[in-house]
Amino acid sequence: MLRVLFFGRLREELGCDQLELSMADAGADLDSLQANLCSARGERWRAALGAANIIRALNQQMVAENAALNDGDEVAFFPPVTGG
Amino acid sequence: MRPVLEVSVQETDFDIRVLQQSLLCDESRVGGVATFTGYVRAHSEQRGVASLYLEHYPGMTERSILAILEESAGRWPVLSARVVHRVGELAPGEQIVWVGVSSAHRDAAFAACEFIMDYLKTRAPFWKKERSGQGEHWVDARDSDAERADRWQGQQ
Repeated sequence: MLRVLFFGRLREELGCDQLELSMADAGADLDSLQANLCSARGERWRAALGAANIIRALNQQMVAENAALNDGDEVAFFPPVTGG
Repeated sequence: MRPVLEVSVQETDFDIRVLQQSLLCDESRVGGVATFTGYVRAHSEQRGVASLYLEHYPGMTERSILAILEESAGRWPVLSARVVHRVGELAPGEQIVWVGVSSAHRDAAFAACEFIMDYLKTRAPFWKKERSGQGEHWVDARDSDAERADRWQGQQ
């Protein structure tokens, strides 16, 4: 299983804060996961999750490049951060 | 000796006097403490702000800030460094973030404090939502924050 989290504006746009996906539904890597979520869940997801500025984190670390996914991983998608 | 690094993410307010004192863990070696306190502004982009809501990513928030403190301690001779960041509902004028660094000399304390704040702005997973008379909206990230953080790249 893969745990997928969404935060901030993206969480509100999707109306979803987390998902549990089987590895088969998730895909082999971050790019596949993002593409699968965009194509499988309708126009709202395609628009919000397909935005160019979406940041990805794998196991609580931001990742700039694509990365392989493994069973038990935690993935997060979120907009640029605005703390401080 | 290893530097003392601490991170707190909390809903409650904090006492900057107590926090500053906590950086004097090794008073015989501390020559200076640099601190930064951030407050909730009452206005942004011509809007009056009634309140600010801060969302974060529990777990990753603490880990990412600790990684920033560790990086600062690798760049400068930091004796102790600490970040306190509030989350949840905040009113204008309230304290939102505190960064403090102690070192033997001021140059390291000043530089590390600024570095930590610049990196926190672009790497720690917090998101601000402003509430005003006209409704609520998520705050957009600013290019100037990314540019400030980029200045430290490759710089030692």
